Amino acid sequence: MSEDLKILDEVTQSEYKWGFVSNIESDNAPKGLSEDIVRFISEKKNEPSWLLEWRLKAFRYWLTMEEPVWANVHYPKIDFQDIIYYSAPKAKPVLNSLDELDPEIKATFDKLGISLQEQKRLSGVAMDAVIDSVSVKTTFREALGELGIIFCSFSEAVHAHPELIKKYLGSVVPYTDNYYSALNSAVFSDGSFCYIPKGVRCPMELSTYFRINSAGTGQFERTLIVAEDGAYVSYLEGCTAPMRDENQLHAAVVEIVSHTDATVKYSTVQNWYPGNKEGIGGIYNFVTKRGICAGDRAKISWTQVETGSAITWKYPSVILKGDFSIGEFYSVAVTNNMQQADTGTKMIHLGKNTKSTIISKGISGGKSQNSYRGLVKINKNADNARNFSQCDSLLLGDKCGAHTFPYLEVNNKSAKVEHEATTSKVGEDQIFYCNQRGISTEDAVNLIVNGYCKEVFNQLPMEFAVEAQKLLAISLEGSVG
Amino acid sequence: MLTIKDLKASVDGKEILKGLNLEVKAGEVHAIMGPNGSGKSTLASVLAGRSEYEVNGGTVTFEGQDLLDMKPEDRARAGVFLAFQYPVEIPGVSNANFLKTAVNEVRKSRGQEILDSKDFLVMMKERMKLVEMDKAMTQRSVNEGFSGGEKKRNEIFQMAMLEPKLSILDETDSGLDIDALRIVSNGVNALRDGKRAFIVITHYQRLLDYIVPDFVHVLYKGRIVKSGTKKLALELEEKGYDWIKEEAEALNA
Repeated sequence: MSEDLKILDEVTQSEYKWGFVSNIESDNAPKGLSEDIVRFISEKKNEPSWLLEWRLKAFRYWLTMEEPVWANVHYPKIDFQDIIYYSAPKAKPVLNSLDELDPEIKATFDKLGISLQEQKRLSGVAMDAVIDSVSVKTTFREALGELGIIFCSFSEAVHAHPELIKKYLGSVVPYTDNYYSALNSAVFSDGSFCYIPKGVRCPMELSTYFRINSAGTGQFERTLIVAEDGAYVSYLEGCTAPMRDENQLHAAVVEIVSHTDATVKYSTVQNWYPGNKEGIGGIYNFVTKRGICAGDRAKISWTQVETGSAITWKYPSVILKGDFSIGEFYSVAVTNNMQQADTGTKMIHLGKNTKSTIISKGISGGKSQNSYRGLVKINKNADNARNFSQCDSLLLGDKCGAHTFPYLEVNNKSAKVEHEATTSKVGEDQIFYCNQRGISTEDAVNLIVNGYCKEVFNQLPMEFAVEAQKLLAISLEGSVG
Repeated sequence: MLTIKDLKASVDGKEILKGLNLEVKAGEVHAIMGPNGSGKSTLASVLAGRSEYEVNGGTVTFEGQDLLDMKPEDRARAGVFLAFQYPVEIPGVSNANFLKTAVNEVRKSRGQEILDSKDFLVMMKERMKLVEMDKAMTQRSVNEGFSGGEKKRNEIFQMAMLEPKLSILDETDSGLDIDALRIVSNGVNALRDGKRAFIVITHYQRLLDYIVPDFVHVLYKGRIVKSGTKKLALELEEKGYDWIKEEAEALNA
């Protein structure tokens, strides 16, 4: 091993900064999954019967399904009876102001560096925070309400806007879609709902922060975003979890509906606990994210920076139904130590003159495995559809792996589909070149990797981009070796 | 400034430098010439601290410090600059960003204040003129898609920005046309201020018409076998290396 590699190897102990546990009292369901648990959750949330019925249908469907095994990830079989499906912080049921927030929860946010107060005052980012399963607080609601924008927890929306939830819930990701979406539909606890009325441009970034806190719990949140004709919204999602030596399941569903001329931009910085260096513990992140460009000239853009989780299984997708609609996917997926990621996208072209762009940057260090899996499908009526895909893999060190699984299904002769893929290594030459200019090896790796991810970071809102860069630096500590 | 004593170094287990001695004083320009495989680039790499090269013996003292004991970045911060024979590309990192990071690291280690963006731009603008570099080049990724000439000009530009005490130019003239050679040489000459020292490694006398050295050394089989003035370079161009080789072999015999 060369000196550079040795230094990098030593730098490590890649500590997970967000690994604290907050002593928030929580209200748990008993372990395990059954119809009774589904009913328990629905009852806890005081849900209308139509929603309970929907949950039960999803649950019964789930029972008939098999756990998918096609992804390039390996883990022991999950015991679904060993998970707590509902855990809520015990707090006052309704909070009128931030001051009433449980001080422990507040402290948690402070540790996360996202004091709600600060968020509110400085950045003008409206946010919803979901701890374990329940939405804790949504800020900025009134200001948004004046524009007709609805931004609240999912369970509130069920009561306040049942017609919207009925119309859109499961409309993009039906519970029959896959194993984890069925599971989520049965037991989802909370999440965020966002509705932008016709012609309204949401004046601020909307943000949800997800946090798994309790031991032995799974987190199953659901996010639904609807943008009416000509609306615009930029939505951010962040995630962290404590360090535990067990694996915790996170199976979320995100649905986006973008109507005629509407644009939805969805950015994620995913930093679930990745497990320790030996691969003990960490979050299983099995997430279904999909949007539909329902009307003409609609646009959906996914940007994700994935640095956490022991296993990531996630394919944010766009169904391009409206003519001239646009789908975009920008992704940086970082794996280090023993992490495994199988992530990518699906672009389904149904409308005419639809266009999609896929930029995926995989970075693997340590002994990790990083796979890109993407589908571009052009239906037979999708005249003049275009896709451009670029999948780059960067290897740090020689014990990690990068894999690319692109799938193409083209059923229309007028389609133009381009795919580019590269695999490269952070060379010792590059590191030495930086060293010779006075830059330390650690800073050099950061500089090189950040340069590599630039196209994706450029898509993130400013403050998120800064966070993503910092996160990248921490995730990469000790990655070469 | 730099004292090399009996330096022995190998790469992949093969000994390349076999007892090299060299003394460079402040303000001096030393040219190192020699046939292929004589160890010229190895010397540059060992001085800069490239990890593939193993030092098997001897000492190198730079400004009173044991250079061989220092990490590559610390050597750079102490004022040793290597203009690479093959400058490395770093995609996605703009030249300006790269240099700002480097310049500030070097400044920090010298106890100087860190430059903010404005001061940095002012400094960059001024130094760009030295190598007739246009602004677009500072926004492009480090060396990516640069022509051979642009890469070498960029090396000299970085040198001007980092203000090293000792610059080692490793075959900076290779692959340059006459115009680029003139620009690069002008850049180097502009930095000669009577204090900075240069080690110019080259195959060709031509470069030394532009950068006139105080001393010329011939490296052969890992040792300096002959030293002289600019005249020696001219003699080598005329007669080739054979006579040097013969002399050296005769001495060894």
